[in-house]
Amino acid sequence: MSVSSQAPWMGAVQRLALLVGGTVLTLVVLLLLTGHDPAIALRALVRGAVGSWYALTSATLVRAIPLALTGLCVALAFRAGLLNIGAEGQLLMGAAAGTAVLTALGASLGAFALPLALLSGVIAGAAWAGVAALLRQRFGVLEVISTIMLNFVALYTVGWLVRGPLQEPTGIYPQSASLPKAVQLPLLWTGTRLHVGLVLAVLFAVGLWWWQGRTASGFRLRAVGQNPHAAATIGRIDVARVSVLAFLASGALAGLAGTVELTGVTFALYENLSPGYGYTAIAVALLARLHPLGVLGTAVLFGALQAGGNAMQRDAAVPIALVNVVEALLILLVIAGDRLGAARRATA
Amino acid sequence: MAAPTAPAERPAALALRGVTKRFGDVVALDTVALEVRAGTVHALLGENGAGKSTLMRVAFGLLTPDAGSITLAGVSCSPPFTPRDAMARGLGMVHQHFSLVAAMTVAENVALGATGRYEATRVADTVRAIGERTGLVLDPAARIADLPVSAQQRCEIVKALARDVRVLILDEPTAVLAPDEAQALLRWVRTFADADPSHAVVIITHKLRDALAVADDITVLRRGVRVATGPAAQFTEASLAEAMLGPGERSAQVDAEVRAPRDRMSAAPHAATPHARDGTDTTSAAVLSAHDVVVRDTDGITRVRNASFTVHAGEIVGLAAVEGSGQHALLRAVAGLLPVTGGQLQTPADVAFVPEDRHRDALLLDASLTENLALRDAGRRSGHLPWRALADRTTSLLTARDVRAAGATAIARTLSGGNQQKFVLARALDEAPSALIVENPTRGLDFRATAAVHDALRAARDAGLAVLVYSSDLDEVLVLADRVLALHDGVVHEVPREREAVGRAMLGVWSDASMTHADRATPTHTPSPGAST
Amino acid sequence: MITPLDDFLAATVRTATPLALAALGECITERSGVINIGLEGAIICGAFGATIAAGAVAATAGAPLGLTAGFVIGAAAGAAIALLFALFTVWWRADQIITGTAITLFSLGLTGLLYKTVYGATGVGLTLPTLNASAIPGLSALPVIGRALFAQPVITYALYLFVPWLAWWFARTHAGLALRATGESPDAALAAGISPRRVQLLATVAGGTLAGLAGATLVLAQSGTFVEGMSAGKGFIAIAIVVLGRWSPRGVAAAALLFGGASALQYLFQSLGWTGVPYQLFLALPYVLTLLVLARASARSRAPAALARRELTLS
Repeated sequence: MSVSSQAPWMGAVQRLALLVGGTVLTLVVLLLLTGHDPAIALRALVRGAVGSWYALTSATLVRAIPLALTGLCVALAFRAGLLNIGAEGQLLMGAAAGTAVLTALGASLGAFALPLALLSGVIAGAAWAGVAALLRQRFGVLEVISTIMLNFVALYTVGWLVRGPLQEPTGIYPQSASLPKAVQLPLLWTGTRLHVGLVLAVLFAVGLWWWQGRTASGFRLRAVGQNPHAAATIGRIDVARVSVLAFLASGALAGLAGTVELTGVTFALYENLSPGYGYTAIAVALLARLHPLGVLGTAVLFGALQAGGNAMQRDAAVPIALVNVVEALLILLVIAGDRLGAARRATA
Repeated sequence: MAAPTAPAERPAALALRGVTKRFGDVVALDTVALEVRAGTVHALLGENGAGKSTLMRVAFGLLTPDAGSITLAGVSCSPPFTPRDAMARGLGMVHQHFSLVAAMTVAENVALGATGRYEATRVADTVRAIGERTGLVLDPAARIADLPVSAQQRCEIVKALARDVRVLILDEPTAVLAPDEAQALLRWVRTFADADPSHAVVIITHKLRDALAVADDITVLRRGVRVATGPAAQFTEASLAEAMLGPGERSAQVDAEVRAPRDRMSAAPHAATPHARDGTDTTSAAVLSAHDVVVRDTDGITRVRNASFTVHAGEIVGLAAVEGSGQHALLRAVAGLLPVTGGQLQTPADVAFVPEDRHRDALLLDASLTENLALRDAGRRSGHLPWRALADRTTSLLTARDVRAAGATAIARTLSGGNQQKFVLARALDEAPSALIVENPTRGLDFRATAAVHDALRAARDAGLAVLVYSSDLDEVLVLADRVLALHDGVVHEVPREREAVGRAMLGVWSDASMTHADRATPTHTPSPGAST
Repeated sequence: MITPLDDFLAATVRTATPLALAALGECITERSGVINIGLEGAIICGAFGATIAAGAVAATAGAPLGLTAGFVIGAAAGAAIALLFALFTVWWRADQIITGTAITLFSLGLTGLLYKTVYGATGVGLTLPTLNASAIPGLSALPVIGRALFAQPVITYALYLFVPWLAWWFARTHAGLALRATGESPDAALAAGISPRRVQLLATVAGGTLAGLAGATLVLAQSGTFVEGMSAGKGFIAIAIVVLGRWSPRGVAAAALLFGGASALQYLFQSLGWTGVPYQLFLALPYVLTLLVLARASARSRAPAALARRELTLS
């Protein structure tokens, strides 16, 4: 990243413009390669993403919420030098925990049911990440592999839960009972599906940004992520402790995303609760350069992309997988851009 | 020092002409010429950063020059010229670091780089044959990681010999050796050069004494330019020093080499020619105190078996050791970074530590200098970080210690090595610690930065700190220290501040008189130089 | 008489084959100092490439040619993805783990997209040739292990030859030495006249080729069809197998058998009539096993010293 003399927010706007441009370009190329008419497809995409108030709130922003929370999860972990690819599993376990709490205790807890469900999701997500953290700390297991393994285990666990202990009363469908209105997240705007999870996402983003930049503990996390050797030698930082806590906090955010999705959007637990939010979160975090406020921006971008992708599939017969390819390509483009920039600086 | 009677018409074993090499904006070599006569030992002298290693890496094909030509035994080497081509033409290079595979055996390392089938027994026979012929004995099945540094260097040489090397380049060969080992190596170098008219040796070094002792010809580089060349007989220590550093400049290290034998007793510090103090003021308190200390490294291996010493306020204690003697663990234990598994170690709470590898262990390279300052003891901070105040303190630190940087917001990576080290030292001294521990503080720095670091260490001592300095360069230890400790095989002994005594102690040889803290019942042993271990 | 044990052992070897192929490929790659998290992507691309090629060629030229084309193109597809990964990590020295993750996501998305594009939204009518088991006369009649080891598709027999050959190649050729040296110390390799970049590039592509073969095996010798995401984490399991096998070909083969057995357990339990256990447990078993294996093995791992290192030279 070059040192520029302009205000930092202007750089962010430039970056966002570049990202959007890059996204559109990649989309067009892929559409052409797979024999679709880019004009029609893109029109469907834009309409599905931002073409109406409803689209903006109930398609794009609704998807931006779990993307923002899991994006923060990944950004926090990566900042600490932890490659947490397990947001997907941590999200599912959060949703599962929320379902369990609400199913078992929902009636008796009254007004506390919803907050407790959210809390249980936080704890479950942290615990699931904790497994990987423990394996890393005690046994030196690469967290990339362990978190991906745990994603699969989480998926199968949910699969068992919704066909077993948490299955809905009729026993026909592999999903949990629907959540009553009383334990659903309130809406921000009536007539839309946009729920207060958005407020949570924004609060956590701002909080994380403040904590990371202004506090000693936030600084320790960044130091460990940049150079654990110097952090230990000069900073006398307990690198192990910082890493484990960061991992847990990261999982907690993903777990929260799961419970928020459960109580705000799906209102029931089932295997396909997440269309890959945990993996898209990697793109969300990397494209935001791991900046918490930037994550809010990229989460909206990817929310738009996924909402638009759905519309593209529905109206222009473009498979939704195309959007996944775009997301992965964007990560690769960011990496390539970084490397070429570094190479240019080295020979300058 | 033998003067060869090589016939004038024999082509130079290695000739470089008009070599220029740039790295970005920096001109590392500027039309440098080097002529190594057949059958001679040629010393390539210069301070750190003068371009000696760069020039030889060009000769060996590791770097491509922007201009210039290479000729081996009269035959031109046309680009692309790779190490493989160089080795095929009889050129061999023994590197300062990093060119053996630690996990593989001697035989595998010697064989590395050939093609086709690897026949372990044949290579082992070759290694043994070379050992018999030259005295460089090695066990072909030994793992490199298990060998001492001198044996590892021997392996590098054997590797070159196994390829029928004729022109051997040695990069700072004596830097990691104890004085006796270094002498043995230089004797072997002389033998090799004399063995065959087509043989030649290039020794890259910054040690004047070694160059004058063994070389037939000497070339001096300064800032990428050749400033002097000719038969060794026409140079003196003083003229070489002047050539290396430029007129009127002196380096603490060079000073030590030139003056130290005659000058040990001066007491008062002098602005222009720095001295170390003789003896200690024993009335001041012991700030660092170790008694029978045992330290294990992070893999659980005992590295320090018995360390007993004290460091008082207002003195510099130098630690001399061959690499791999346990100094890494000892320093870190004293700094409070490694636990002590035996004995007693007393240190104040505010010990400052300057590690050897500043990129890996001391700096957040992609963060600002302010953030790097905040890093110090960040583990003990809590609550808000006062960034404004930290930035101000960084700025004043930069000015006070003459660190050249764009400002408190400059990214650490953008500073030169010397300025990075000055910053690291300044940060360590910032909160007036009671004790300062430094490890190889001038590694890779040119003489000006080195002098600045040495001045800063002396100033810290004069301000009342207890300073413990380890350097793998014995001369640096001698020029800085008031008292000297020698570390060998995990055991610490205090020794007189004399080059020979320290050199011997580094190899495990010490007389009864020098054992001040250690158990007198500990047997002494005398390893013969050059023997394989 | 064929017992449930026979079935179980045969299923073990059958399941282990693609795992071993991918793991041996990753073993070569990691020995050169590169960790290819995109291995999963190479497998799925190999599977898809094999599907397209086998389907197209078999339709016009018959099953044997179709199968050959399937394996060849599958291997090539795996190699291509590995080449893309190598461009980023070996050439540009980007972070290997993030790049690998991106490559995997890209491959999964791309194969899903292309599958839908080529075969339509419902994936109608995929007819692929199948590589059936070819029993070796005599050997396949041996008790207990006969069917398991010697009544397998030829790709498994290829493994029997490949594993000892690879072990020999690592230890007894200069190319193998060069590979190992690059993975331990690229500086040393460079000083010995070896090009670490070239070695890593070749090793990564070799790894991808084998992973592509693994993907082709999944489709042509096992499932008989392509399903999106059918690699199902096998690439990551393969990486764990390399750790458990201590980066040695024979160790990797043995570890692959262990995982094959874990995956095949569900069939054993089914045939023994133990239906009380939820089948998700069996689905999860290989992944849990991976975690346990890594926990036990990593602590004393002897990984190549320069594995995943970004800078090629320290000096």
